[in-house]
Amino acid sequence: MWELIKINKRNSVLLLGAMGSVLLILGFVLGTVFGRGNPQAGWIGMLIATGVWLFMMLISLSSGDQIMLAASKAVPVTHDVHPVLFNVVEEMKIAANLPKIPKIYIINDPAPNAFATGRNPETASIAVTAGLLAKLNRDELQGVVAHEMSHIINRDILFVTLAGVMLGSIVLISEIFLRSMFYSSLGSRRRYSSDRSGGGQAQIVMIVVAILFAILAPIFAQLLYFALSRKREYLADAGAVRLTRYPEGLAGSLEKIAGSTINMESANKVTAPMYIANPFRGKKAVNLYSTHPPIEERIRILRNMTHGAAFVNYEKSYEEVTHRSPVVPASALMPEEVAIREGTAESKSTQTAKKQARQVGDLMRKVSQFAFVTCACGLTMKIPPNYKGDKVQCPRCKKVSAVTKK
Amino acid sequence: MAMGGLLIGLLVIVGLIVVAAIMIVGIYNALVGLRNQVDNAWSQIDVQLKRRHDLIPNLVETAKGYMQHERGTFEAITEARSRAMGANGAAEAGKAEGALTEALSKFMLVVENYPELKANQNFLSLQETLTSTENKISFARQGYNDQVLFYNNKIQMFPSNIIAGMFQFTKRDFFEIENEAEREVPKVSF
Repeated sequence: MWELIKINKRNSVLLLGAMGSVLLILGFVLGTVFGRGNPQAGWIGMLIATGVWLFMMLISLSSGDQIMLAASKAVPVTHDVHPVLFNVVEEMKIAANLPKIPKIYIINDPAPNAFATGRNPETASIAVTAGLLAKLNRDELQGVVAHEMSHIINRDILFVTLAGVMLGSIVLISEIFLRSMFYSSLGSRRRYSSDRSGGGQAQIVMIVVAILFAILAPIFAQLLYFALSRKREYLADAGAVRLTRYPEGLAGSLEKIAGSTINMESANKVTAPMYIANPFRGKKAVNLYSTHPPIEERIRILRNMTHGAAFVNYEKSYEEVTHRSPVVPASALMPEEVAIREGTAESKSTQTAKKQARQVGDLMRKVSQFAFVTCACGLTMKIPPNYKGDKVQCPRCKKVSAVTKK
Repeated sequence: MAMGGLLIGLLVIVGLIVVAAIMIVGIYNALVGLRNQVDNAWSQIDVQLKRRHDLIPNLVETAKGYMQHERGTFEAITEARSRAMGANGAAEAGKAEGALTEALSKFMLVVENYPELKANQNFLSLQETLTSTENKISFARQGYNDQVLFYNNKIQMFPSNIIAGMFQFTKRDFFEIENEAEREVPKVSF
């Protein structure tokens, strides 16, 4: 587990280095083009690119997690809103020997999904959707939380933030350049042909190179980013099994997540790689642009683990299912025997879809601080937080009850 | 020339000593940190066991009204609890906690026969707390063993084994369930 953190750190540094070089070269090339022959311009361009990146980096390190949580419309919740979620997170915190329990958020979205964010284990947050909580049983929820906990232990949350910022800077700079090229070429076409007849040839070649580079750089950076984030999903699955000692929990939850046909309203392209499963449905095939491995494959790997819950067992199962080269780094595979435990939670499959939908609704109202008033006739009334009166009449038996607000 | 060569040689030796000293201090501090983490993980187990002891009176009190005919079950739990709380030494405590786990799972099996109790909101929330506490106990043991594994590996591997030997860092024992009965306890769904 600790070896894995070390290797992950090294890979992150390598990837960030590669993306950083792309950023610097991009700055240099664009600077040269804008400078029109000034020998210093390339370096100035590099400096500006670094400045843009530094600025975005400072923001994302100081409040990146808050921005992500706000963009996903995640609401911080207390123990009373969902005791089981709090208990499960604390259980996984104990299993992972984390110094502090992560902050817990619920996203008001019926699509089942979850993510973790933060700079380090001390500042980490875990957010799950209301749909996830209604659909999963205790063991499955534990699997999902353990997966997120593995992302926290492996420092993937920091990596996603850093790589995301780097990617963002590259995209931003390329975009600005391409647009300015487009507009300036509309305005100054005549000036080029008359003023500069001598250096024009070289200038045009340089511009073409720069445009090509500005188009290719973001694509290249994205491919790097996605390839590594796919790999990290497998590693987080392996880590989750090792923490819970129960592959079926995570497998069952992934199956339910895959079975859901609802698109997440509150996710977007930037936050997508952070989720446990791709929040956008529809695209089945995995290509270079996929942020997540195919969910069916992840389930098959987990269900194929019958001999134990160690990294070695996950690795073996991964190779049997996918016939690809190893996914867990060799030095992280310490010889150990970790037995799989038995499931405890009862299945939730007996619940009807209608009942689940109502649970989602109730949970979302709880998160939004609705008051729940149970009338003597057994009817539960859900009072919105902006309700002004302190009494409410039951629509069924007409009895008046008091509204107690928290 | 000869003086200059001597000086450079001296500087190199001093430099090497400084680097070695920094490395030794670094490894020593890392080992101390790891040992503290092992101790901390061990105390986590005690925290969770204590929590279980605190939970039981409340649980018994809530269930008693619904389960008039199960006096034996309650007595078994209460007795196992007081024995676990009064245990001296790790071996005795381990045995007593194992017995308490067993008594509680028996109780949970009996609860299945009392649908009214299972509909009680207060009891349901206590039941969830108990389930979670049982989980936390076993995850704390698991986390302790992980920490011990890492620590033991570290003090056996080069180069940290040299420093570990110099400052007497000794291997720690894994937590193992000694009580055979606890191992074979039937799994119940709470």
